[in-house]
Amino acid sequence: MARVLLIEDDPNVRDALTLALKGRDHEVESAASGEEGLERLARFAADVVVLDLMLPGIDGFEVCRRIRSATSTSIVMLSARGDDFDVVGGLEAGADDYVVKPVRPQVLEARIRAVLRRTDGVPSPVESYGALCVDRASLTVSRDGRQVALPPMELRLLLHLSATPGQVFSRQQLLEAVWEHDYLGDSRLVDACVQRLRAKIESVPAEPRYVQTVRGFGYRFGPV
Amino acid sequence: MTWLRGLRARLVITFVLVGGLSAVGAAGLTYYTAQNNLLAGAQDRLLKDFRNRVLLLSRDVVLPASDGELALLAEDLEVGDRKVYVVRDGAIPSDARITAELRTSVLRRPELAWQRVTRDGVPYLVAGSRVMLLAGGTPSGITVYLVESLAQAASDEAAVLRAAQAAALPVVLLAVLAGLLAARGVLRPVADLDRAARRLGEGRLETRLPVRGGDELARLAGRFNETAAALERSVGELREMEARSRRFVADVSHELRTPLAAATAVTDVLQAGADRLDADAGTAARLVTAEVARLTKLVDDLMEISRFDAGAAVLNLNDVDVSAAVAACLRSRGWSAGVTTDLPPDIRVPLDPRRLDVIVANLVGNALRHGTPPVTVRVRATGQAVAIEVADHGPGLPADVLPHVFERFYKADAARARSEGSGLGLAIARENALLHGGDLTVASGPGAVFTLTLPRNRPAGDPSVRTTPPGNHP
Repeated sequence: MARVLLIEDDPNVRDALTLALKGRDHEVESAASGEEGLERLARFAADVVVLDLMLPGIDGFEVCRRIRSATSTSIVMLSARGDDFDVVGGLEAGADDYVVKPVRPQVLEARIRAVLRRTDGVPSPVESYGALCVDRASLTVSRDGRQVALPPMELRLLLHLSATPGQVFSRQQLLEAVWEHDYLGDSRLVDACVQRLRAKIESVPAEPRYVQTVRGFGYRFGPV
Repeated sequence: MTWLRGLRARLVITFVLVGGLSAVGAAGLTYYTAQNNLLAGAQDRLLKDFRNRVLLLSRDVVLPASDGELALLAEDLEVGDRKVYVVRDGAIPSDARITAELRTSVLRRPELAWQRVTRDGVPYLVAGSRVMLLAGGTPSGITVYLVESLAQAASDEAAVLRAAQAAALPVVLLAVLAGLLAARGVLRPVADLDRAARRLGEGRLETRLPVRGGDELARLAGRFNETAAALERSVGELREMEARSRRFVADVSHELRTPLAAATAVTDVLQAGADRLDADAGTAARLVTAEVARLTKLVDDLMEISRFDAGAAVLNLNDVDVSAAVAACLRSRGWSAGVTTDLPPDIRVPLDPRRLDVIVANLVGNALRHGTPPVTVRVRATGQAVAIEVADHGPGLPADVLPHVFERFYKADAARARSEGSGLGLAIARENALLHGGDLTVASGPGAVFTLTLPRNRPAGDPSVRTTPPGNHP
């Protein structure tokens, strides 16, 4: 069971999704606009925001950016079109995953579960790679001694990659391990997440030291 | 000799014939007239003069005359090149140009006789006359001969001939030139028309011709322009109508999404409650759920085909192991057991895995639904391409159906009108193949055989590189 904030302007879609999510034992708050949603979020400690991109007033991309700048709440976008422009824009704005409308409740449920999967802390020493410190027990990351706030999916991606430094993971492998997409996930989720992660932990994001691209295969951590 | 049939050759030949005949005709006529005037005129003048002199002589002569006196008379009559002989009747002057024939006719007739002779290429007028005494017209017994060169008159005549000949050659050359000019004047608009018609045929409907002057060719160019403009207008209207209808489909699909989103969201609530409802309501709930799913699939497919039509489909290329991708596609749908596969390992091709999955799932799904088992999937690689062949072992497709299977909403069998597909599956599969620069073809061997070919030599780079096909937005 999770606390879900649903931001969706169409009243019937909003009611239907609320019904479906409540039917799956989630606690659901809903908002009809981005402004209302941001206001709700301040009071309602949501675990995940299900966010429509096409909203009156401030649009979904902007809402996404504002949520990201303030909190580490997970975000699942509702893309009306499934068009590439929407998806790419939403992922760049910081969304963790997306579903395409019309979405079957089982699919939305699976996505919500995946982004909310708790990363269990393991009692292991703090690992440091160059200026980067990864504390697997407290699930914190710091660079040059300063704490770096990472949203859940970025943290999970970093923990997964850094668990075996030097090992190359394909995008498909990362989608299955981190996003729990069973088959043929959208590799752009990985690429967008890597970009956001690099922006936070790399000193020069264009020349990454920690999360490196292996052309034609995927990504690996280090070697530093 | 095809060039002889060309307009240029025909025009030049016509001009040369007309020009040449005119020149030769004019020269011939000139020559004929000149010949009469020059030579005959000179001859007439000479004979008239000769006759007068002989008349004067008949008055002056004193008979009987000695040989010496006759010689003196002759000398008096000689002027320039003119040779005069005054002899007694029947005597033969020592001049080869005075022929026996002339002498005979002189003696036989009372008046003057003449003859034209040519010696060493020079024409001469030779004349002779007996001198008659004034009183009674009795012969004096003396004959006068005259030998005069006609070289001057002949050379004048030759000059006229040369002039006529000399004039004819430039006339023929001028005719050729005029022919070429006329040909150019006609041929240039014809060549322009030829080029313009070809461009129009290639689909460049904005092609127009410059209209020069007001002759038949200019009118033809004008007519061509009107036709091209009308064609452009019609094609433009057709394209606009087609674009509008495609936009309409895209808009309708888009508008259907929101109500479908609401309906889809509550289907599992409905389904969960169906068991608690009475039989009819439960059946109704399950039916609505199933139909919403079908409608969703149809709208999804319409949206997808609209993206292809709008050129908005984007290829997300990854370096993919084709056999592994095909196996994963079958496995994820629980089809592995029902399909015989021949999947050689390590064929890596840059392609969009999601789109490959759509194609393979559609082909195998169709074969399983409509074909006869066993369904086989074979992957084969050549140097340039990789082919994925999906076949069943049924009777195959009728020949009249084969050309239409990739058409939208084409249903081979009316009884199959309510299959679970949207009717767009194969059309979308083929568009996906074309987007990769490949192709999807169908054949009816034993069973229906669909073959997807994808090129291997696409530039493989960072798998995150997204390639947009040329001419496509965004």
